[in-house]
Amino acid sequence: MTTELSVVAPPAPAVRHAEPRLPVPYRVIARWPETPDTVTLRLDPVAEALADFVPGQFAMVHCFGRGEIPVSVSSIPTTGGLAHTVRGVGAVSEGLCAARVGDVLGLRGPYGTGWELERALGQDVVVVAGGIGLAPLRPLIRDAVAEPRRHGRVNVLIGARTPDDLLSKYETRRWATAYTGVTVDRPADGWSGEVGLVTRLLDRARFDPPRSWAFVCGPEPMIRATARDLVHRGVSGDRVRVSLERNMRCATATCGHCQLGPVLLCRDGPVVGWDRAEPWLSVREL
Amino acid sequence: MNTTTTSTTRITQALPSAHRIRLLRIAREVNIPQGTRLFEEGTRADRFWIVRTGTVTLDMHVPGRRSPVIETIGFDELVGWSWLFPPYVWQLGAEATTSVRAYEFDATAVRLMCEHDPQLGSAVGQWVGKVLAHRLQSARTRLLDLYAPYGSGSAL
Amino acid sequence: MGAITQATAVLDRQGLAALVAALVAGGRTVVGPTVRDGAVVLAELTSAEDLPFGWGVELDAGRYRLTPREDGAAFAHSAGPQSWKAFLHPQREQLWSARRGPDGVPTFTETQPESRTYAFLGVRPCDLRAIAIQDRVLAGRPPRALDSARAGATPFPDRGYRQRRRGALLIAAECTEPGATCFCVSASGGPAADGGFDLALTEVVDDDGHRFFVRVGSEEGARLLDGVPHRSADLTTESVARGAVDAAREHMGRSLPPLDLRALMGESLAADRWDGIASRCLTCANCTMVCPTCFCTTTEEVTDLTGDHTERWQHWDSCFDLDFSLLHGGPVRASTRSRYRQWLTHKLSTWHDQFGSGGCVGCGRCITWCPAGIDITEEVAALAAERDAAADDQHTAHDDGSAHHDRGPQP
Repeated sequence: MTTELSVVAPPAPAVRHAEPRLPVPYRVIARWPETPDTVTLRLDPVAEALADFVPGQFAMVHCFGRGEIPVSVSSIPTTGGLAHTVRGVGAVSEGLCAARVGDVLGLRGPYGTGWELERALGQDVVVVAGGIGLAPLRPLIRDAVAEPRRHGRVNVLIGARTPDDLLSKYETRRWATAYTGVTVDRPADGWSGEVGLVTRLLDRARFDPPRSWAFVCGPEPMIRATARDLVHRGVSGDRVRVSLERNMRCATATCGHCQLGPVLLCRDGPVVGWDRAEPWLSVREL
Repeated sequence: MNTTTTSTTRITQALPSAHRIRLLRIAREVNIPQGTRLFEEGTRADRFWIVRTGTVTLDMHVPGRRSPVIETIGFDELVGWSWLFPPYVWQLGAEATTSVRAYEFDATAVRLMCEHDPQLGSAVGQWVGKVLAHRLQSARTRLLDLYAPYGSGSAL
Repeated sequence: MGAITQATAVLDRQGLAALVAALVAGGRTVVGPTVRDGAVVLAELTSAEDLPFGWGVELDAGRYRLTPREDGAAFAHSAGPQSWKAFLHPQREQLWSARRGPDGVPTFTETQPESRTYAFLGVRPCDLRAIAIQDRVLAGRPPRALDSARAGATPFPDRGYRQRRRGALLIAAECTEPGATCFCVSASGGPAADGGFDLALTEVVDDDGHRFFVRVGSEEGARLLDGVPHRSADLTTESVARGAVDAAREHMGRSLPPLDLRALMGESLAADRWDGIASRCLTCANCTMVCPTCFCTTTEEVTDLTGDHTERWQHWDSCFDLDFSLLHGGPVRASTRSRYRQWLTHKLSTWHDQFGSGGCVGCGRCITWCPAGIDITEEVAALAAERDAAADDQHTAHDDGSAHHDRGPQP
């Protein structure tokens, strides 16, 4: 998988974790606020490590005494460990956002499907991120720009509510892409960038639709609007990869919560092809 | 071509080439310095532009605060549509946020051409209609405020 | 479980008592049907005397009554309010606990599943199939890779379930008197146990006495049978037993329409019938609790006052619960219509996609225990009728454009 593209395998830990429902202690070795309500935590295993993650996969992250939530991996450093980007919207996620450097959390995973950037070999790449949806896409973008010769033109389109809600602002500018667009719904004083919905940036991106792969993550209506737009422009539906979200409890395909029609998103997702996802997302309350 | 993207709202794709050529024949190439106000809300909509380079912002005047930006318009996009519909009055203000190179069109001349040639009129109406539909859809989606904490993921 | 053997035998009531005694003596927790609180429930048996000899049941939608029987039969009742999942996949189970040391580092410790070794006595053929279905969900691997390059190809079995299941001995009781809510034959099953058991009993009560025709399904079953007084199967007992089970096929109280239900459900997501069901459904979740295949669970975190000790518990959950589909902002399935549709569609259709088999065995429990008397066989038939009517309408409209105008004023 993408491991070969991006990750120099970290020194193999002595013990690989075997019990899928039991969290493994990981220490917060760095923490940086991304936005007023979103924090990225850089985590290293205290002793034993989880198996390697690929971009798009997620972990169940445990906050002591509060519970656990699914969080996509937002960075897979070549030096080992991983990073998660968490937005504080509930008891567990707020607890995770409040974690300090040195604190120890519980992690289990990796779970689910990856973006599978390697399938886009030699093709144009269009990454479309809405809000915190940039976090799961970040390791994919890093892989894509790290090995420019593997792909055609790489485009990164980022939408957010306000300039304050943009993730990875400094890194975004440094990505060597054919086109990087950033747009906000509500500009603030001093914002000189684009204003408008992220799909409007598709007009500016440089890609040849029949020879392109797209990777989309964000709120579900944004995913639907973006995927339809891409398909309308001529990108094949199975090459529009989207990351979906449903309630998730076990992440091991045994609790039934993350069903979306015929799939269990923890096992068959979160990343699925738009050709398969579209019929499920078009039924209300499925 | 420096880009291969298809878009249904661009003049190059939305208008049949014969009609496009006729329109472009009356276009003026203009250079608009950064900070220029292209038009103001409530004034007569007698021109429109297609951006070649640079960015134009659409804004609205609100007393006591900096005019909030509603949308930015860039390469190959249409600036202004109020010229096509009575009472031909701008609904928003527009400003060049960078220096802008654009094709400028005399709206009265285009309307006259459309009146004389119903086929051209229909094509121009379709094109501007598509632009409007696209902007309306975008505005509606933005209205949902999707990136706000609610509706954007895990509840835990 | 070993290979199914062809061995048969006959046990009398003393033989059955000896069988239970041998299981208890062997250290197993023997669970079987017994009369309690006006119902035949599944509970731990200390001897065969606890079995519901002389009790039958009267079933209907939303109705369950115990009735005394003259013949003293022990297995002439139908499925009761519980199923074996209560033991294999218990309502509440601790997954792990964690303690935070003085250095702040938590130590996570897996909770060892209770080390009971079960023997289930009187497992109905529908419930045998239900156990096999839960095996695939909770202890097996997914049926096939749904995505071409699925990253997480490792199965993640429920460890507690697998451990309890591995040790459990299954003694089936074939059905000779299906209840009024039974429809296993139309749910691709039947009253005969066709595998997945250690021993299968067929109860026979006639002028030749009260006895049990036994089929051996595994080596362990054979060993168990060897240890208790039994005689070889006589032709009369065998033919009476097999005849009664065959006859039971014809006596199902209900049936699902003989259609491709997977396709029907997939095509009925927008059906009006769901609104009709929703007007009756109380979303009480009884159907999911009594269903022998429903497996959904949720988790909760339980901490002590110091805050340095925490426990992770898993307990049954139901897709009828509003919180089941909660995302930030609200539940995905807010309407009763959507929650009932989720349950029935999952059971009959999407279960195939997820786990390679259907999720309904036709035990009828959801019909019997629905306080509103909602009958899934009736609802499926209504969905089929709605689809056919819609197809007819289209057909008519296609044949003759005037069809819709000829109908006259609506009442």
